[in-house]
Amino acid sequence: MMSLRTASAPRSTTGPTSTAPLRKSRKPLNVPAGAAGFLWLTVVILPIYYVVITSFKDQQGFFASNPFLPAENPTLANYQLVLENDFFRYLANSLIVTAGAVLPAVLISFMAAYAIVRGNGRLLTGVSRLFLLGLAIPLQATIIPIYWGITKLYLYDSLLALILPGIAFAVPVSVLILANFLRDVPNELFESMRLDGCSDWSMMWRLAFPLIRPAIVTIAIYNALNVWNSFLFPLILTQSAENRVLPLSLWAFQGEFTINTPAILAAVVLSALPLVFVYIVGRRQLVAGLTAGFSK
Amino acid sequence: MSTPTLSRARKTGVKSIDGTRASLAWLTVPALVFFVAFAIIPLGGVIVLSFMHWDGIGDISWAGFANWASVLSDPLTGGSLWTTVKVILISCAIQIPISLLLGVFTAGFQRYRAVLSVLFFVPILLSSAAVALTFTALLDPNFGLSGAIPIEALKQDWLGNPDLALAVVVFVLSWQHIPFHVLVYQGGVRQIPQSLYEAASIDGANVVQQFFTITVPQLKYTFITSTTLMVVGTLTYFDLIFVLTGGGPGHATTVLPLFMYLEGFRANDMGGASVLGVILAVFGLGLALLIQRLGGKNRQASQLEGA
Repeated sequence: MMSLRTASAPRSTTGPTSTAPLRKSRKPLNVPAGAAGFLWLTVVILPIYYVVITSFKDQQGFFASNPFLPAENPTLANYQLVLENDFFRYLANSLIVTAGAVLPAVLISFMAAYAIVRGNGRLLTGVSRLFLLGLAIPLQATIIPIYWGITKLYLYDSLLALILPGIAFAVPVSVLILANFLRDVPNELFESMRLDGCSDWSMMWRLAFPLIRPAIVTIAIYNALNVWNSFLFPLILTQSAENRVLPLSLWAFQGEFTINTPAILAAVVLSALPLVFVYIVGRRQLVAGLTAGFSK
Repeated sequence: MSTPTLSRARKTGVKSIDGTRASLAWLTVPALVFFVAFAIIPLGGVIVLSFMHWDGIGDISWAGFANWASVLSDPLTGGSLWTTVKVILISCAIQIPISLLLGVFTAGFQRYRAVLSVLFFVPILLSSAAVALTFTALLDPNFGLSGAIPIEALKQDWLGNPDLALAVVVFVLSWQHIPFHVLVYQGGVRQIPQSLYEAASIDGANVVQQFFTITVPQLKYTFITSTTLMVVGTLTYFDLIFVLTGGGPGHATTVLPLFMYLEGFRANDMGGASVLGVILAVFGLGLALLIQRLGGKNRQASQLEGA
């Protein structure tokens, strides 16, 4: 399998140019690369296919039928069960925590990135280094002091307890990527606005922000993915079902439904639907932004 | 990771020195406040707590080196560290080549590749908990994969056998995280100037030669970024393993962050867990620095000379 891929993939390196269509027409189809691509597709899709079809099976069908064939008598009962088990509350909690962490994180990271790129001096270099440290250190090492601090702030078992560290943990990567994009804004634009008497504050919002808006959307989506899917903080910082977020609810469903695998998998599907929807709407931006952001 | 950013920052700064620039520093204050309060201070706090007795609820009292002595003499500490190293090494050995090749593959502009890329990235959307539950069901010896495909080798107690469980963990981690690194490599490949390939073609280099003499060297920094994120990321993959195996069977899949959680929140020994937290932070920082060092320091040197 590996040797096939090794031999085949190089062909595609000749792909990327603006003259792609022209190039394509004189390039023979790379069959081994295509085969390897479809092989990987199978690896990716098979588990997802299994989850989706199983979520429509009743328990009897699950035990009796071939696991890889769709349900003979598709049922929505599993979905109903999950929805009746407070799914919408967990969904709302996840939405609150995600929005509450991502919006402030992106704004303050943008401001910091602007200062780091447009300003100078040792102070800002030091700040920049500090943020980069956050990328190199596994911040999860800090869960115990964070647990201590959150209990001391009387925030234990609240959504705010998830939002505050969520903001902090999103800062390093956001600053790094936004700074990379801000560096590409031509200096002349800033200089001409400065000559017009603009302050840094208004240049930041009126020039830099609109110009790098795609990057801002990207970093917002990236952080939203992380916060939305976060499991460790909810596990240690919340307790009650009232403040449960979606990933944690999946774990709780597993405990509740035990051997009712179709119901557990219906919960998995439901928990993924919001992000699948976002992906369908904003895929181009997400993918383009992530590649540009991390590949510099 | 750090060097290019900082050096570029310095360059742009110097280009337009004027007196007002330094005053921009206040714009970093909000981000700094959060980052210091919930990352930097806790990093200090984890060191302090490693010298304290605390059960998570009651009072905190001085412990001296007692936690360190007990954690360092616990065979599970070394065991979980070794498990972590194994997971990092094996998952990098799987993820790096596949991500590189798929990155090159998806960087192509053929239509079918664009369609495949859309589907390749779907695992990014799933939470670790969702992925873990998916594979728990899929690997069920009776009702999963093996029930559908009549191959005897698939009828294994995948999560019950210590050796297999570790392999499963690495596979699932790779399944979940390869899409992200494919994106990173895809972006890197698309930034390689086309003129390099054209020149190589004129010199008579075939695609395999071009891959090894142009693509791979040009992706050096992409490789460093991706690998750093991969390694540091692996040190934080606690949730997937927690839901998939709970660290078991026995302690076969107990990686360091999971051991830290279990020690602190299950065994109620926050002091001991803090010792593990310090080890985790130092280990992660050390690995990140090592990768940077191996990648070479001189990142300002142009890779594009003659392009």
